[in-house]
Amino acid sequence: MGQTITEKILAAHSGRDSVTPGELVTVKIDLALANDITAPIAIKILEEAGVESVFDPDKIALVADHFVPNKDIKSAIQTQILRRFARKHQITHFFELGEMGIEHALLPEQGMVLPGELVVGADSHTCTYGALGAFSTGMGSTDIAAAMITGEAWLKIPESIKFVYSGKLRKWVGGKDLILYTIGEIGVDGALYKAMEFTGDTITSLGMSDRMTMANMAIEAGAKNGIIAPDETTRSYVEARAKRSCTFYASDADAVYAEVKKYDVSQIEPQVAFPHLPENSRPISEAGDVRIDQAVIGSCTNGRLSDLRLAAKVLKGRTIDPHVRLIIIPATPTIYRQAMEEGLFDIFLAAKAIISPPTCGPCLGGHMGILAPGERAIATTNRNFVGRMGHPESEVYLSNPAVAAASAILGRIAGPEEL
Amino acid sequence: MKFEGKVWRFGENIDTDAIIAARYLVTSDPEELAAHVMEDIDPGFCEKIQSGDILVAGRNFGCGSSREHAPIAIKAAGISCIIAESFARIFFRNAFNTGLAIFESPDAARSINEGDVVSVDAATGTIHDNTTGETFGVAAIPPFMNELIDAGGLMPYVLKKPG
Repeated sequence: MGQTITEKILAAHSGRDSVTPGELVTVKIDLALANDITAPIAIKILEEAGVESVFDPDKIALVADHFVPNKDIKSAIQTQILRRFARKHQITHFFELGEMGIEHALLPEQGMVLPGELVVGADSHTCTYGALGAFSTGMGSTDIAAAMITGEAWLKIPESIKFVYSGKLRKWVGGKDLILYTIGEIGVDGALYKAMEFTGDTITSLGMSDRMTMANMAIEAGAKNGIIAPDETTRSYVEARAKRSCTFYASDADAVYAEVKKYDVSQIEPQVAFPHLPENSRPISEAGDVRIDQAVIGSCTNGRLSDLRLAAKVLKGRTIDPHVRLIIIPATPTIYRQAMEEGLFDIFLAAKAIISPPTCGPCLGGHMGILAPGERAIATTNRNFVGRMGHPESEVYLSNPAVAAASAILGRIAGPEEL
Repeated sequence: MKFEGKVWRFGENIDTDAIIAARYLVTSDPEELAAHVMEDIDPGFCEKIQSGDILVAGRNFGCGSSREHAPIAIKAAGISCIIAESFARIFFRNAFNTGLAIFESPDAARSINEGDVVSVDAATGTIHDNTTGETFGVAAIPPFMNELIDAGGLMPYVLKKPG
């Protein structure tokens, strides 16, 4: 019986020739990740258990990205806990401010995740790395504490759902729109406990950034992981970043899927997910007249260089509506610098946008752009739950960067075609 | 394990931002987190809870972020256990890892009313609604999860494991 790419990676990491959905396995991990919200709990657990050493200081990543630059004393203490732990255990991949970026943009950019690897992270969007053909999944702090000691994690082998996208994308449609459309189709628990395998000629034509956007939001359909088979696009991305060897897995032709979904992407418009669930996606032509107070372009979903280029393309030579605040958050220092060198900052500043240092910031209602009661934001982020970006009576609408930029210019939710 | 308590009902897709908003994640202190449990969807909820009360919810309880603060806040607020149609997978793991009892039972989750008094027997896998007299079954816990519970949680299990 054939195996899916997810099953092959999990089999390889559990010392097995093959695995079957539903089986529990203990896997060797290639990297364990935690951030300034989740690591403090893991560290407390390790210290209370009297643990003196971690399994491998090279295979742990600590990224203080959520409330950093620290927004208050309490968040500064949380980062201090990470910093002290990292120094004590000589953790190789602790990123101090200046090198710190949003974890799921930073780790692939730094070559810390490669095809065929297995990553567990105390952050739900750890599933992003599936875009590189790795198995990666989010867990809680206790699971990551255990992984930091043992270098292992227990997993139930998930069933896979195969998503086949074919056809040519319309103008202004990208990975964000495909994943919002898909979540709209299957619902926020449509892939609960399962692997989402993204395939088809449309996916092959996508760059790494769009692929990461799609895998990133697999969790918004309840999935354990999202995954895309690595190809030449993946190879050129990783070869520029890492020297260590890696394995390109692909699903067998006779692999077994719980379900196969096929989409003709030529019919898909830019999508907007209305409050308060990512599944409430609609085509931009059906958005209606929704006035906005804020637009946010950034996050682990859409804060990469190609996202900023897309926003700049829309904003060039234009200024935003005077009633709108536009916050642009390059996801890592490298992206920040590249955007600056390419002249994107000039375009953003001329448009009256403001540029934030890399941080998760407003995406989770942390800082750097919190909403007041009754305010609405369009954001390139991943969640629009009640109170996600601030007051419980505020609203978040999710879109791609071009739609967010166009909406900032027009003061209401709108696509770039309207400009 | 047996639980008995008054029921508080919530809907479908209760996300971890609703359980504990990110603005409170500058601490991992259980008492501080408990004071804000469910605040954005039910302000003052924490004040209403009597120790031992039970949460009943629809599909996909605990979806969203991986924050372990969510089960920690619920447990510290005095909730004894959660019955839901289904649980989001990270929340499911986190609940076991933090010692919060959760039970998957679509029938029970659909039938039990707010304010009913319910008793749960984990050993027999039964939920009894004392108010209406109805009894429901519980989805079996994977055997490995039982090993974790017997060991006292994931960390004691990991530390005890030979090698």
